[in-house]
Amino acid sequence: MNKNFGILLSNLEIVPGRKINKHLGLVQGSTVRAKHIGRDFMAGLKNVVGGELKGYTELLQESREEAVERMVQQAKAIGANAVLNVRFSTSSITQGAAELFAYGTAVVLE
Amino acid sequence: MNDLKLNLVIFGTLLLIGFVFGQLAERRHYRAIREREAKLRSLLLVQTRFPPMFTNPPRTQLVTGNVVISVDYFKVVVAGLKSLVGGRMTPYESLVDRARREAILRMKEQARRLGATMIFNSKFELVSLYKGAQNTVQSVEGLAYGTALIPARQPGS
Repeated sequence: MNKNFGILLSNLEIVPGRKINKHLGLVQGSTVRAKHIGRDFMAGLKNVVGGELKGYTELLQESREEAVERMVQQAKAIGANAVLNVRFSTSSITQGAAELFAYGTAVVLE
Repeated sequence: MNDLKLNLVIFGTLLLIGFVFGQLAERRHYRAIREREAKLRSLLLVQTRFPPMFTNPPRTQLVTGNVVISVDYFKVVVAGLKSLVGGRMTPYESLVDRARREAILRMKEQARRLGATMIFNSKFELVSLYKGAQNTVQSVEGLAYGTALIPARQPGS
């Protein structure tokens, strides 16, 4: 999660040693991703022997980063410099597609 | 008749492969988990939302860890039979346990790379991602995230 444009992300409600000057409300970002057919095929094979599905782990990680990036862009657009109390949520929508969702409170730190 | 035989052979082979490799993989994974947990024990997970007051405030950063783990064929079959009689679903217990502990470890490893000493307010989430035939769970994603506290450099050091 490097592309956060200098916005501080935290899932605490405060930032140690910094004062919150202004609350700007909820910001959110989401993305719906489907599995790649090649990855799906490999995962099908892996389902026989069990173990980690590395392709999926990476896919979900990338998707979550994208959701965070969208949230950060929203925060940036309304003039925030930090997003606090960040939460993640994942839901599988149909077979093969999942929604990754990130949300938090945009604030201005002094 | 031949078809039935062939199907039984395929089923038996998958079951055997699933059992042997699944057990091996699980044992290897648990060994790795225990080793890394011992190594990362000094990095504390604190389940409170408010860190204490610091005279020298640390930096904070969100850290995450995730993993997708799939069950093996043997476990799917055993779980299918277990669901007829009810009770404890042992095949899935180890699956979710591994997913969660691995996710926590990856989060901790990220925090350690950043030089953090503590992680506050960690949250865990577990999602079943893929439903196979008859809606059986085939893989789960474990996610762990929290705020890493990275100590500020002592003035003068």
